[in-house]
Amino acid sequence: MAYEITLLTTMAISVLFALSLNFISGFCGQISLGHAAFYGAGAYTSAMLAKAGAPFLLTLLPAGLVAGAIGLIVGFASLRVRHDFLAITTMGVGFLFIGLVRQQDVLGGELGISAIPSTGLGKIGFMAFAMGLAALFAGFCVYVKRSWMGFVYDSIADNEDVSEIIGIPVSRYKLIAFAIGTAVAGVAGGLYAHHVRFIAPDSFGFVESVTVLAMVIVGGIGSIWGVAFAAAFLSVLPLWFQPIDDFKILLYGALLFAMMRFSPGGLAGLVARLRGVS
Amino acid sequence: MLTVENLTCGYGDIKAVHDLSFAVGTGEIFAMLGANGAGKTSTIMCLAGHVAAMSGSVSLNGTTITNQPAQARVGHGMALVPEGRRVFAELSVEENLVVGGHTVGGPELTANLERIFGHFPRLAERKTQAAGSLSGGEQQMLAIGRALMANPQLVLIDELSLGLMPKAIDACYEVLQALKADGLSILLVEQNTTRVLDIADQVIVLESGVKSWEGTGADADGNAALLEAYLGTAG
Ligand SMILES: Nc1ncnc2c1ncn2[C@@H]1O[C@H](COP(=O)(O)OP(=O)(O)OP(=O)(O)O)[C@@H](O)[C@H]1O
Ligand SMILES: [Mg+2]
Repeated sequence: MAYEITLLTTMAISVLFALSLNFISGFCGQISLGHAAFYGAGAYTSAMLAKAGAPFLLTLLPAGLVAGAIGLIVGFASLRVRHDFLAITTMGVGFLFIGLVRQQDVLGGELGISAIPSTGLGKIGFMAFAMGLAALFAGFCVYVKRSWMGFVYDSIADNEDVSEIIGIPVSRYKLIAFAIGTAVAGVAGGLYAHHVRFIAPDSFGFVESVTVLAMVIVGGIGSIWGVAFAAAFLSVLPLWFQPIDDFKILLYGALLFAMMRFSPGGLAGLVARLRGVS
Repeated sequence: MLTVENLTCGYGDIKAVHDLSFAVGTGEIFAMLGANGAGKTSTIMCLAGHVAAMSGSVSLNGTTITNQPAQARVGHGMALVPEGRRVFAELSVEENLVVGGHTVGGPELTANLERIFGHFPRLAERKTQAAGSLSGGEQQMLAIGRALMANPQLVLIDELSLGLMPKAIDACYEVLQALKADGLSILLVEQNTTRVLDIADQVIVLESGVKSWEGTGADADGNAALLEAYLGTAG
């Protein structure tokens, strides 16, 4: 039973993390190769605050704010420059994050932070809480997608130049999506830190960024249900088959490549095709 | 309502429009004619904030907007129907309209949709159809409707009838007249139809980026040489 609870909690956190990246990729049509850095920024913020005595729930908001603030700066610097620049910048931010955290003794350096206090919610309570947050954010994503704002994002994806010409502040909309996506990644990071109760720089490196990107691409960029499903499945795969953990990057890299090559719409696109919907 | 004074604009070192001045009044239809490459699109894009003004000024309802970004101009009541109709092909008719109304709030958005479907019953019938599958005339109506969603006081329309069937042109012109009657100001660029002179209050002609003629629609209608040169017809 305890094992199932751990699995479900891991799934819920991964779903939230993957949906946060999907919020960026789905709405801006841009890929991030360093999303784990924002997850890490939230995890460290939450862990440090908890170690300093703050109650778990009160650490999540700062975790989101810190990650979102970093996201705002990174987004501001890279989203105005066109198109694929975000992938490169975020990858740089990812490496920079790891490099910086390793150097900081306050953040535990290479060893990381251990003995993060318990949440006080109990294992089941924490699982329910993580699931609740993931469901809440999924609902928010659906709501935005169907609102006028979702159509504005669709128009940018359809034709960015025309959007610009009719006076839509394209870079502002992209920045909003990026800030929300990175902030939610920070909250997911806070959950992660309290789930495993031990964090180190390696938990937020390039491998993790590729993993979460694989979840989004396999699920189908922009498809909330596809991404949630892919995240749930791919997050527990290494727990079921231990050996996978050792060559995760290879597996997820290959999966990413195969999906982009054979089914750019991901699982969601595949399902739509099978159902005969175009 | 729109006042343009000694406007010069262009691209880098190239000046496309020189020292242009004119004024559009409230509820007026103002036509701009000129041959290919005369600078009509450059003028409109400069007014909309996409081509930089090198000197001179543009003011809308007394507010100087010469150097404001495009989004801010939408907020001040200016909307653009770009050359070549450029709707969002993958989005439905209704979604295209909603995008045009991104600056107005919820209830007003619904009211505007109703109003525009009233002007364009053909669009109402095709609400859920992808914009890319509409006919040319319908796409032009959609582009106009999308501009109207932002509650503009002035609409800039570049080449309204280019490539449209005569029937579609008539339909668009009918709507323009209805909009004018509602008090909307319209700056209209045309090239191949005398239709524009029947409804234009004022007309200017651009030649190599310089204003070469101005007068009323009726004056222009009686000027055979002008018609021959800029509207491709002598009648
Ligand atoms: N993006 C650009 N960069 C450089 N020069 C440009 C650009 N766009 C237009 N021009 C030049 O500016 C001048 C005016 O062009 P513009 O498109 O404004 O004319 P127009 O009257 O709209 O013509 P048309 O009837 O063909 O639409 C032309 O000499 C053109 O070559
Ligand atoms: Mg032109």
